[in-house]
Amino acid sequence: MGQTIIEKIIAHNSKADSVKPGDIVTVNVDRVMLDDIMIPFIVDKFHEMGFTKVWDPDKVVLIYDHLVPASQQDDTRHYRVGDAFVKECALTHVHRSDGICHQLMTEAGYVKPGDVVFGTDSHTTTYGCVGAFSTGIGYTEMAAILGTGNLWVKVPETIRVEIEGTLPESVMSKDVILRLIGDLGADGATYRALEFTGTAIDEMSVASRMTIANMAIEAGAKCALFSPDEKTAKYCQTSLDGFQKSLRGDEDAHYLQVITYQAEDFVPVMACPSQVDKIRKVSELEGTVIDQVFIGSCTNGRLEDLQAAAKVLEGKTVAPFVKLIVTPASRKVYEEALACGALQTLLKAGAIITHPGCGLCCGRTGGILCDGERVVATNNRNFLGRMGTSKVEIYLASPAVAAACAAAGKITARI
Amino acid sequence: MEQFTGRVWTLGDDIDTDIIIPTEYLALKTIEEMKQYGFSPLRPELAAQIRPGDILVAGKNFGCGSSREQAPEVIKALGIRCVIAKSFARIFFRNAINNGLLLIEQPDLYDDMKEGDTIAVTVNQDVDYQGKRYPIASLPENLVEIINAGGLVKAMRRRNGIG
Amino acid sequence: MGMTIAEKIIARAAGVDSVRAGDIHTVNLDRMMSNDGTTHLTVDMYYNKLKNPQIADVKKMVFIVDHNVPSDSAKTAGSQKKMRDFAREHGIDFWEGKGVCHQIMMEHYVCPGELIFGADSHTCTYGALGAFGTGVGCTDLLYGMVTGTSWVLVPETVRFHLAGRLPEGVYPRDLMLTIIGEIGANGVNYQVMEFDGEGAKTLSVNDRMVLCNLAVEAGAKTAIFEADEIALEYLRARGRKPKAVFHSDPDAIYAREYTFDLSKIVPVAAKPDFVDAVVPASEVCGVHIDEAFLGSCNNGRIDELRVGAAILKGRKVAEHVRFLVVPASREVYLQAMEEGLIQIFMESGAIVMNPNCSVCWGSCQGVIGENEVLISTGTRNFKGRAGHPSSKVYLGSAATVAASAVKGEICTADML
Repeated sequence: MGQTIIEKIIAHNSKADSVKPGDIVTVNVDRVMLDDIMIPFIVDKFHEMGFTKVWDPDKVVLIYDHLVPASQQDDTRHYRVGDAFVKECALTHVHRSDGICHQLMTEAGYVKPGDVVFGTDSHTTTYGCVGAFSTGIGYTEMAAILGTGNLWVKVPETIRVEIEGTLPESVMSKDVILRLIGDLGADGATYRALEFTGTAIDEMSVASRMTIANMAIEAGAKCALFSPDEKTAKYCQTSLDGFQKSLRGDEDAHYLQVITYQAEDFVPVMACPSQVDKIRKVSELEGTVIDQVFIGSCTNGRLEDLQAAAKVLEGKTVAPFVKLIVTPASRKVYEEALACGALQTLLKAGAIITHPGCGLCCGRTGGILCDGERVVATNNRNFLGRMGTSKVEIYLASPAVAAACAAAGKITARI
Repeated sequence: MEQFTGRVWTLGDDIDTDIIIPTEYLALKTIEEMKQYGFSPLRPELAAQIRPGDILVAGKNFGCGSSREQAPEVIKALGIRCVIAKSFARIFFRNAINNGLLLIEQPDLYDDMKEGDTIAVTVNQDVDYQGKRYPIASLPENLVEIINAGGLVKAMRRRNGIG
Repeated sequence: MGMTIAEKIIARAAGVDSVRAGDIHTVNLDRMMSNDGTTHLTVDMYYNKLKNPQIADVKKMVFIVDHNVPSDSAKTAGSQKKMRDFAREHGIDFWEGKGVCHQIMMEHYVCPGELIFGADSHTCTYGALGAFGTGVGCTDLLYGMVTGTSWVLVPETVRFHLAGRLPEGVYPRDLMLTIIGEIGANGVNYQVMEFDGEGAKTLSVNDRMVLCNLAVEAGAKTAIFEADEIALEYLRARGRKPKAVFHSDPDAIYAREYTFDLSKIVPVAAKPDFVDAVVPASEVCGVHIDEAFLGSCNNGRIDELRVGAAILKGRKVAEHVRFLVVPASREVYLQAMEEGLIQIFMESGAIVMNPNCSVCWGSCQGVIGENEVLISTGTRNFKGRAGHPSSKVYLGSAATVAASAVKGEICTADML
């Protein structure tokens, strides 16, 4: 009996010959990601549980991103709690202002194909872009992992998504995942693994795959996996070993469902307020007046995203009375965008460029809106009240579409 | 068999974690400070109206969104006895179990339920609403172990030889 | 009887031949600036307190959103929306996210000889171009907006004669803090600080802005430099012409005169919680810091970014320090990108933010927490200005701030 990618990873990790959906397995954790919002709670639970040291400091990464820069007086308390924990447990992988956790985990080489990784943030699914099993957990479970190095998981069923062909030029991977979420529904993949395959996926950059893996959680998925390939190896600055090379769904593996798409059929889409699965073609929303555009987040704040936006905005300006806020995903992304001129193009067009971090996506600062305002954003969630009051309308879109909307001052599919 | 009754508040489908507790309030120091903002984007008055022992009944995909464990903690701190929904998002489900918040999956109750009415819950057996019985499944064994230990923190304390 | 520059500007604006200190005159305002700190209040009054209101001359009005950018709350967003909608409806020049208001005013509007009201205390910055700029409340601003006029009590002028040249490693900010330390936080209350002398000629418009901007911290109504060739060149480069170029008459009356020898100035710092608690920076060296801030309408221009970058080049920000670098405007930001300064800051581990008031205003980015210490190039170190009431703010030059960010404690650049 063949296996899916997630089954192979869990079996390999737990040194079992094979596992099947529904099995409860205790996995050995290869890496954990702790973020600044959750760190005080993690530390409290860790101490309450009676632990005095973490099982392996090298496997722990602490990242400040939601609260950088601090927007409220108590925000810096989280840094202080984090810094004290770093000292107490002799942690060495700490990022205090380098960008969004999920970007850094892969970009800085903390996650490799086949790894089992947990993070105190739901978008931890992102690392599936390099073929790792990664998912979000709460702070209590994180505290338990810090003490023990392991966690129980239920082996999920797998939904296979096949996309063959070549995506149209106006379509980004964001449009692909939005369409899929729309087709599956916001709970369509709950407790399932998604597995992506096909020539269109092969053609995608790791950054584009990251966008898809990142948003898998919006369909409820436990994780989203891509087979590691040469691009993955290059991105991770590693060569793939036998196990990592084996991480592809077997022909005779059991899939709960197989969904196939023809790449040429995709068009630019948006998730409309206030559900991630309320997907419409951008062309159907043409002309809707907007107040703000946000390009950034762990979903779409990478170099290729900023370049796509810069390409659209080259020689143009943001529409009068409309704000364009650009928040690169990481320090490295910022530096690369600066080096290639994308940042300058965006700045000249009138963008407000902030320091890398979660920014507006996490709704604490970075462009909060008020009643009656409408925003087009490249992040992952358009939940009620996520970026201000519950009367703010959030439309999720690709960076290219978002940039075009910023220039037009309204929703437009004319990239 | 554990039994209890409670007054019901109904919520819809896809009640996300940002509705349960918005990010704006996540850096408050304690759950006690946070709980007044529970459900504020959707129903700002609700947190003040909830009384200990009340029950939430909701549609599908309750707790979708972020991994914030403050979500089940806030619900518990508000005094909610249990949440009954058509389905739960997975991170929320784990977080609730780890904090000893009882979650019950029931596909039909929500469609029949009227807010303000009272229901009787028999754990691992059924929910009684106006004489009609809605069956509920038993929890998986490994989760029962965590709940029996009194939550994950207590389970770990026991492992570490404390209390 | 001779007049000072400030008196001549008021006389022109009042349409009279001469004015004397103590006179009250009705003046025509050349320009009015309002930012997101208070414009929503002005708009509320406009609609609710006035009958059939109208704006005297929209061309005189400039609205600038700079205090909380990007917005940090729905309340802030609501205030800014009110301002934006008003500007759009009335055709008022509107700037959002393009920089700190005074920097934008200097880059795009201020001309020598103008009388300008701004609903912000640091409007005195405009004296760097020989204009009379002063801060007013939103009621005064509203009156000016609907009538095009206001009343002014002609202030006395205090003359600051600058001699010599600043030594290497000492900056206009050290000079101005030294002056404030000497004369006190109310040393020139309701008076005009007029800077002149050979030392003034050694200062660029950027440098002069640093001096004029902080004048309000000594209580001044405004500060002013003669619009000399340096000022006129700044203006020409931006395609603007002076309204009038005034010189103080030899027999003008000054309330007091001071002389400062620039060559004697040393790096200084203002200690918490008063701008005039000025000591040589060497006296506060060793104070542990949590955050450092390079930016603001006082010290966020290309000159200061160059100074900061020169220090940061090849160095790292101390692990426990958050170093915020915030260019004063988009123009400054772009130039700093083109000169490679931003790259240096990013490589050093700094947090580079979009142009705005930032932590100088204590809101929305870089807010400091309980008992934390900030060293800043901002305008004020008042209690709680940058965050928690128990936090402390030291003021220093860009060089001192950058060096401290590297060391993790207050130090001067020569100590690295």
